[in-house]
Amino acid sequence: MPTSRSNALGRFAGKVVSSVGVIVAAASVTFFAQLAVPGDRATALMNLQTGQEKKWTPEELAPLNERFGFDKPVIVQYLRYLGGLFRGDLGTSYTQKRPVTEVIGGQLLPSLTLTVAALAVAWVLALGVTLLTVKRGRFLSGLGSTWEALTASLPHYWVGIVLLVVFAVELRIFPIIGGTSASGTVLPVLTLAIPLAGFLGQVTRDEFVQVLEQPFVTTARTRGMSDLGVRLRHVLRHAVLPAITLSGWALGALVAGAVIAENIFGRPGIGQVLVTAVNTRDLPTVTGIVLVVAAIYVVANLLVDLAYAVVDPRLGGAR
Amino acid sequence: MTAATLALPRVVRLPRIGTVLAATVVVLVLVAAVAPGLLTHRSPTAIDLTATLRGPSWAHWFGTDDAGRDLLTRVIYGTRQSLGIGLGATAIAFLIAVVLGFTAALAGGVVDGIITRIVEVAFAFPALLLALLVIAVRGPSLATEIIAVGIGSAPGYARMVRGQVLTVRQAGYIEAAAALGHHGFTVIRRHLFPNAMRPLVAVVTLGVGQSIVWASGLSFLGLGVPPPSSEWGALLDAGRVHITTSWWLEILPGLVIVLVALAVTTLGRTLQNRLGGASR
Repeated sequence: MPTSRSNALGRFAGKVVSSVGVIVAAASVTFFAQLAVPGDRATALMNLQTGQEKKWTPEELAPLNERFGFDKPVIVQYLRYLGGLFRGDLGTSYTQKRPVTEVIGGQLLPSLTLTVAALAVAWVLALGVTLLTVKRGRFLSGLGSTWEALTASLPHYWVGIVLLVVFAVELRIFPIIGGTSASGTVLPVLTLAIPLAGFLGQVTRDEFVQVLEQPFVTTARTRGMSDLGVRLRHVLRHAVLPAITLSGWALGALVAGAVIAENIFGRPGIGQVLVTAVNTRDLPTVTGIVLVVAAIYVVANLLVDLAYAVVDPRLGGAR
Repeated sequence: MTAATLALPRVVRLPRIGTVLAATVVVLVLVAAVAPGLLTHRSPTAIDLTATLRGPSWAHWFGTDDAGRDLLTRVIYGTRQSLGIGLGATAIAFLIAVVLGFTAALAGGVVDGIITRIVEVAFAFPALLLALLVIAVRGPSLATEIIAVGIGSAPGYARMVRGQVLTVRQAGYIEAAAALGHHGFTVIRRHLFPNAMRPLVAVVTLGVGQSIVWASGLSFLGLGVPPPSSEWGALLDAGRVHITTSWWLEILPGLVIVLVALAVTTLGRTLQNRLGGASR
């Protein structure tokens, strides 16, 4: 079946091309957002760097215009910016006066560790609750779906604060400011994982209930398969599909949550850098991080497509 | 009529008690926003340096802050601003969404393609990052916070509006109205707009709850309304320095936000079911 395989490859290549398109569009949005800064950018920057509020002479502004290219026509600046992106240049930080890639670089790994760990823990929690409570009598089912509805609607900051107060301040099981140590990572991961688990669980539960009523489940049961066996071997595989699709989206949401979690637990990461950059209005750093997150999001969605094909072999060569 | 009957969404039965509780919370919020004096006899700015950082007690249900101010009173007086931010942000989000959604769906072709693409890209950004980008450009303030949350949540609504318009456009009564010779704009105003927007009323309600949560998240990061305000997120931000000693400053205002968001969501869903049944 060489044709179907090349079809699948072609579809994947198409997705890659459109992903690059998304990133270019995102870059354009962030570039033009920078132009929306009220007033002259060189003046705004000079005020920012000196902490003064005044009109500067052209001579005083010249070095900044030279350095950041503010005096060039917009189209030239835009093309330069895009060209820089393809060479991996995200611009120069207004406040730190070094390349944005350098500012973000070291901070990326702790944030990625946090989000990926949170995604994994969320899946374990969601599947655990689903497997144990779906269609297990009124009480357990009710308990499971109430837990999911409740946790799914909790804001990250509140989950983080409650975990911090209970497990770090009162019980002293985990450090209050954990940095990147293993024990300091537990609470930030849970902060992100608990609301996400509720959300993934809700989606999976609906699907699970429907799949449990399918004929092939009855068939499996008549073959004498145990209840847990049916749930694990047959039902789960179908029920997780919608949640897998949502995981790509979830990774984007997790990065946003990471901003909050890193802030609460004083954990280094791009979230901390981002909040500082927004506070000091260091636009190149802010847009740089936004673009990196967009890139992660796009890659995550490509991976989701691949994962989908693995879990659901029907998609491998079909169409 | 039969088609309409078939199209009825399945009615989800909500526990009555939940709806009643939710309605109670929402009524309390409205009273607190309009006439906070009815719910407390204290002043949100009354400083009492003999009673700073007291835990919750019979006299101070939510405890007191570092200036001895009654926290519950501050939460009650902060309601107006928090609710205002939620309503304002949702209004901005829907305004953007209606303009983009209607333009895309009605213009079709290249215009639709471009708008849809932009909306998809904006939707790909986590809303919080989009909001942070707006704050970085404009500098933190109350107005920025409202605009930021509005822009952050607009893309999701724009997709819904476009979808609604495309669906309603197919309806027989639109065709009939056009065939009767009504002017295009009249058809849009009298038939298309109301019918496309009706199912979104519930979504608006849900959106207000979401916006309040997001705005308080921004304030929590210190990027929203500056501290003297008793807006809910600003209360959270102000209490953070005392988290190791005075948990109530963080947990209790947070709990209020969570409860209000849950209540609004519950009512929104009830509304969704009712309207889903009522709209033909």
